[in-house]
Formats: sequence, structure tokens, C-alpha cells
Amino acid sequence: MRFIRIVEFAGAALLLLMASARAEETTLKIKDFMFMPMATTIAPGDTITWENDDGEPHTVVSLDGAFRSKALDEKDRFSHTFDQAGTFKYLCSIHPKMVGTIIVK
Amino acid sequence: MSESFIPSRRGALKCMAFGSAGTLFTLSGGVLMPSALGAERPAGLPLFLQISDTHIGFNKEANPDVAGTLKTAIEQVNLMPVRPALTLHTGDITHLSKASEFDLAMQLMGGLRAGELHTVPGEHDVTDGTGEEYFARFGAPSRGKGYYSFDHHGVHFIGLNNVMHFQPAGLGAFGEEQLAWLKDDLAARSSSTPIVVFAHMPMWTIQESWGWGTGDAEVALGYLRRFGSVTILNGHIHQIVQKVEGNITFHTARSTAYPQPSAGVGNGPGPLKVPADQLPGMLGLTSVILKQHHLSVADTTLA
Repeated sequence: MRFIRIVEFAGAALLLLMASARAEETTLKIKDFMFMPMATTIAPGDTITWENDDGEPHTVVSLDGAFRSKALDEKDRFSHTFDQAGTFKYLCSIHPKMVGTIIVK
Repeated sequence: MSESFIPSRRGALKCMAFGSAGTLFTLSGGVLMPSALGAERPAGLPLFLQISDTHIGFNKEANPDVAGTLKTAIEQVNLMPVRPALTLHTGDITHLSKASEFDLAMQLMGGLRAGELHTVPGEHDVTDGTGEEYFARFGAPSRGKGYYSFDHHGVHFIGLNNVMHFQPAGLGAFGEEQLAWLKDDLAARSSSTPIVVFAHMPMWTIQESWGWGTGDAEVALGYLRRFGSVTILNGHIHQIVQKVEGNITFHTARSTAYPQPSAGVGNGPGPLKVPADQLPGMLGLTSVILKQHHLSVADTTLA
């Protein structure tokens, strides 16, 4: 009887924890002319912060116009909060071979 | 020196081993010929200047004082025995497209005793997407498009913009509208008119994986091939690479700010840090001399 009570309690506690989970923040590095990692999966409401670790400036520009950073010098950062689900492809407008994807689901 | 050199960077470096870093190289008829700086040149010979990649605003290890090296370059020009008739800036005037960077660049360039200044944008000048700060200052000749043409001393100059329509492969591009304008601009010109084209990205593919090229350049070259003398001046790669193809001479200039690695050497085309005493020898300017309807390109370094 007591055992079942503990399980119920644990289950309720877990549900409570999940219900109050906060929006996450993830940092992506820009290094050696690459977005690292190139693909990232997050949940709606999460924020991505890009940090430029290259000596050369880069930008973060989404292909669909959803977001656009100014030129990021070394150590500069740019953040965007993804409220909607979807797949967001982006590139660096100075070096357009540099591409990345954020999957929001 | 009696050898004729292939007009490549390797050829230029090999030739420089015989002369000091202050040697002037004249590329004429596909042959790279050295001469001492300050050598005699007939007075009144039209001279144009190419300056490139000044990157005002850059302040990292590869060169903490890009304004200082630009000033050195300008002082060098102001001491030349023949004053250039005009100056072409082949882009990346600033490092981060900021208003303050453009203001300082224009202030410094104001000290240049070298005729009118004509510019084309580099990708560092238009990082906000629309190029607001660049076009506010330099957009008038091209009505905000970045491409335009003008005539000087019988030479037809064409400034082109290949940094605002990047191709998926990462190369620069002109776009259809600009190519149609170029075709039209050249249509009425006689083939004996000397042509100078200036644009930021190289107009031939030097290193595709680094974006060193222009995807639709072949279309532009098709319009240019009938002319007897075409000189294409580019920047972007912060080093001299040259080639001659028929009547077309291609030349990329050094930067006045910082060098970059040779094509394909290392992770990417970022700033290259070199020992402080070597830096001035890797920065410089280019003079273009008009001689009997033919244009000769000459490179100098800061030291």
C-alpha cells in the first residue's frame, strides 16, 4: 500500500516538473567558417544564441526573412527566440557557403 | 632581367627575390617587368590608382591599426612623382558596415592626392543587407545600384557590384539586371576603346570553396572579349593573383589592412597574422598606367 503511494507521489512530482519546464537557451559557436553544430533541434519558445569565434566577421541570416543579425565581430553574439514550430535554414550573408538549420518542434 | 615571367603571384614573388620590396612591377602585354620605385616615367602619362580592402574598423591581431597602414599607403601615393588622375577603391572600405567606420574611411581617403575617388562595394560594406550606409555615401553615381560607368582619358571605366546577389555555392554574382545593363553599356563602344572593369570579388574562380570567384562572370566576359584591351581590377582576397586571357588582364590587389592565406591553405579566408616586420611588405596599392591605348598594372608594397 505504502509502495503504491510512493509511486503515485513520484509520478505526480514528475508531472509537476514537466509542466513547469522553462524555455531553454542553447549557444551555437561559429568557428572556422562553420556553424557548429550545423543542425540543432529545439522546442517552441527556446532561444538560440550564436557566438562568433572566428577572426572574420559573420552574419546569421534566415532564408525566409525570419531573423537577421548585424555583422558579428569576433566574440559578438546574436540571439533569436523561436516561438513557432518549423524548419529554419540560415546562412552567413558574407560567406554564403556557411549554412545551418534550426528545427523547432 | 631578361626572363619573361608568367604573370602569376608565384612569378611576382620570384621576381621580388631579385629586387627590394619597393620594386614596381609593370604587367604589359602578358609580361611582368620590374623597375625601381620612382623610376622615370614621361610626364603627363595618365595614371590611375587601385586601392582595396581598407577594412576600416578592423582591430584584431593581424593588424591592430588599419587606419595607420592606410595612412602610410596614402603618404606613399602623395610622394609619387606623377599624381594619379583618379582612384578606384575595389571595396571592403569598412570592416562591419558601420557609419563611424565609413566616416573615418572617408576622412582618411580625403588626404589622398589622387584625383576623383570611384568605389564599388565589398561584402563587408553591405552586411545589413541593403547597404544603407554605403549607398548613402557612394550610391549617387550608380543611383543606388552599385554599378555604373564613366570615361576618363579615353578609357571606359565600369564599376560592377558582385556582392549583393550571392550564389548558393557562395560565389559572388552580378545578377541578370546588372548583366543586361553591362551588355547595353558596351554595345555602342568601339572595340579599340581601352576598358577597365573594377569589382570587389574576383571575376574568375581562384578558390571556389572559399567563395573566391563570381558565378556569372562568364556572361560579363562574353560581352568584353571583343575589345582590344580589357583590364579587370578586383580585390577581396588581400593578395595579388593575376592572369592574362586573350586581350583581358585580370588582377587582384593587396589590402592596406591585413593579408590572407594563399588559396586553399588553412581553414578559410580569414585574417592572416604575420610577424610585425613582415606586415608592411604584404600590404600595398596598385597603379594602372595608360600607354598607347594599352593599360599596364604595377603593384607596390608599403615597405
